[in-house]
Amino acid sequence: MDEQQPNSVWTSNSFWKRSAGWVTGFAVVLLMFLTFDTMTQITMGTDQDLKDGITKRVPAATVINYQIGYKMDYSRGHEMPVIGKPELFFGKTWSVKEANQLLNLGKLTEQSKDCMNCHTLLGNGAYYAPDLTKAWLDPMWKKGGVMQLMTHTKTKEEAMAAFLQYPVKYAIHVRKMPNLKITAKEAQGLVALLKQMSSIDTNGFPRGFSRNVQDFKQGVSNAH
Amino acid sequence: MHTNLSVGFKSGSRKLAAKYFTVAIILFGAQLIMGLIAAIQFIDPGFLFGIFDFNISRTIHLNALIVWMLYAMIGSVYYMLPDETGIETVGLKLGTLAFWILTAAVTVVVLVFAFIQIGPGSQMSIWFINEGREYIEAPRWADIGIVVVVLIFYSNVLLTYLKSKQRTGIMAVLVADLFALVGLYLAGMFYTDNISVDQYWWWWVIHLWVEATWEVFVGALAAYALIQIIGANRKIVEMWLWIEVLTLFGSGILGLGHHYFWIGTPEYWWEIGALFSSLEPVPLIAMFVHVLYDWGKKQGYLNGQNAGQAIKSTIKNTPAMSWIVVNAFGNFLGAGIWGFFHTLPQVNIYTHGTQFTAAHGHLAFYGAYATILVGMMYIAIQKYYGLERLVSTTKTKLGIALTTFGVLGMTIALTIAGYEQVLVERAELGGGWQAYFTAQALPWFTQAMDWRLIMGVVTCIGFVYLVIDLMTIGKNANAQAKIKQANI
Ligand code: HEC
Ligand code: HEM
Ligand code: HEM
Ligand SMILES: [Fe+2]
Repeated sequence: MDEQQPNSVWTSNSFWKRSAGWVTGFAVVLLMFLTFDTMTQITMGTDQDLKDGITKRVPAATVINYQIGYKMDYSRGHEMPVIGKPELFFGKTWSVKEANQLLNLGKLTEQSKDCMNCHTLLGNGAYYAPDLTKAWLDPMWKKGGVMQLMTHTKTKEEAMAAFLQYPVKYAIHVRKMPNLKITAKEAQGLVALLKQMSSIDTNGFPRGFSRNVQDFKQGVSNAH
Repeated sequence: MHTNLSVGFKSGSRKLAAKYFTVAIILFGAQLIMGLIAAIQFIDPGFLFGIFDFNISRTIHLNALIVWMLYAMIGSVYYMLPDETGIETVGLKLGTLAFWILTAAVTVVVLVFAFIQIGPGSQMSIWFINEGREYIEAPRWADIGIVVVVLIFYSNVLLTYLKSKQRTGIMAVLVADLFALVGLYLAGMFYTDNISVDQYWWWWVIHLWVEATWEVFVGALAAYALIQIIGANRKIVEMWLWIEVLTLFGSGILGLGHHYFWIGTPEYWWEIGALFSSLEPVPLIAMFVHVLYDWGKKQGYLNGQNAGQAIKSTIKNTPAMSWIVVNAFGNFLGAGIWGFFHTLPQVNIYTHGTQFTAAHGHLAFYGAYATILVGMMYIAIQKYYGLERLVSTTKTKLGIALTTFGVLGMTIALTIAGYEQVLVERAELGGGWQAYFTAQALPWFTQAMDWRLIMGVVTCIGFVYLVIDLMTIGKNANAQAKIKQANI
């Protein structure tokens, strides 16, 4: 189409066309390479990893059999999940197969109930309700916390399961979560999903998770 | 130079385009109504609680948005094909059938979202009710249907391109870009119980659509529109287009990394994402400059040439040109500036998943896509009535001014709300259930929600003017042209 000779390469369409091709090609190749690397890093770990104390960015479903914390890592400069001692989950230790099935049910339920159009998970989704990335670690659910008292339960997981099944009954705020007809089994699955999600290494998001609600309420600021 | 053959509006391709545009506008209306409901629910959480919950209004808000834009994009391509290839589009019978199938499928999906809403935790729900992943909630059966239909559309475009002897740069870009656009949808069509892997691929669809393939698509549309509206020089326009492709893909593809900071993916994405996404505003600035430059140049040329003559404007279609200028500005502001605000990991750790994101989402989608697609509809109207010139009416102006002012107002309100969330919920309290609600209750937030609703209503009023204008402007202008002709 270029009938006239372009005066300079900078105004030559075919130069820009070729350059566009090369740059795009380069970006795509680099993205492919990084994708392969990332996939190997975020594939779920195994039960053996957990037993051997090997940290994976995304631990196996059987991580539900362990305590999970979220602690400052000074070498990385932000918090990261810490997998602790074994603990019972809904009163038992889950086999690999059982844990996988439970997590799978949880993920299917999360998608089927459209949780992400009210909440964010890993910070993505909707902004109508709290981020659930580290919900498992929220002080509201801890022993002696509001939710266990209100739901008359003795463990975090039971309190969460109770709330998920009867969110209107156990509402805390005026903006309530509606009843989504979640069954007891589905609720267990969702809690497993929430617990496993809290063990994912999110590079320190959210930062300083729920660190000083108490301080804030008493008028103390963290910004010294 | 090639000849600008136009088959005119008698072309079947253009009739099909009109169908796509019509459904697009209806879905746009549905999107706005759902947005209003969702905005009311923020202020009065009891509104439709347990009947039509927030997640449902939001799901339809987003899906109507994506689908109306895809409709308008398909419509735009069918519309411009005859001009760009010089021949009638291939496979129109199948294309029309595909339109009806797609429209039937979309209707069913919307009805299922509205009335069945959610299902039990099973594969069945994901296949037939709701996939539960933002923007691409459509159940799997519909995903497959959409892919089939879009492939029919794509093969029509490709075959027309191959059959035609005329090979414009705009068509070359479109054919390659649409291929990538369709292919990317596949990345969102599988299930995994690993939520990090899930979100990794989900962003391939969302980000690589809006920040790569859709942007290039818009570049091609703007190029076409400038040639049509102000008679811009094709060679220069196409040179800019190739530069845009280079810079958009060069920054946008790896800019994907700005979504991989916190989803379980490795830390090197901080650098990759920050570096490349920071470059993303560059092409948007270029596109902005380009539109104004071409317009100014053409106008200056005309001024110098025929001072004192009857025709003072180089613009053959002022409504379309107005929307395209708003596009150039909105794309730069919404995507470029608002996007850049939160694209560095140091900032994003605090803004991630706050109303700040919603502020950016609104201005970017509106500024970069809604505007130019509406502009294309005005171009189509001009051709439909065979008008030499299409001039803005009061309704055109009110439509463009009110919708734009409304969206800008919503964006500012949401930005303020997001800023307050960043300070209180995130920086001060570190996130979490109570931190979240503490921030939601403060006046900076609640008042912003009121203003968002008010500005949403303003947007809707603008939309009503827009629709009335789209339905009447051509007819009225045509009638006037006839009177003039009779007088001569
Ligand atoms: C219609 C919107 C909506 C949907 C859908 C929804 N939630 Fe909620 N959710 C809320 C609201 C609002 C709250 C806050 C309730 C309160 O404070 O009283 C909440 C609270 C929660 C909490 C406690 C908050 C925390 O930080 O621990 C959890 C856990 C939770 N939801 C999980 C889920 C899951 C899992 C799903 C999907 C099965 C879901 N939600 C679907 C609106 C929703
Ligand atoms: C027209 C182009 C664009 C559109 C339509 C667009 C739209 C969006 C939308 C809708 C979201 C929210 C996604 C969600 O629901 O989670 C988002 C997120 C984001 N966008 Fe854009 N965007 C565009 C361009 C850009 C550009 C050019 C940049 C950067 C320079 C950018 C930076 C970001 C970032 C960092 C996020 C993540 C926000 C978060 O962490 O919550 N965007 N974009
Ligand atoms: C009547 C006007 C509108 C109102 C009242 C409205 C309201 C809303 C509400 C309440 C949400 C949910 C935000 C949240 O999760 O907290 C939302 C999300 C969204 N809306 Fe709108 N909206 C309107 C118009 C538009 C327009 C014109 C566009 C684009 C063209 C748009 C694009 C979006 C996008 C992309 C999101 C997702 C944002 C994200 O996840 O970050 N909306 N809107
Ligand atoms: Fe992005």
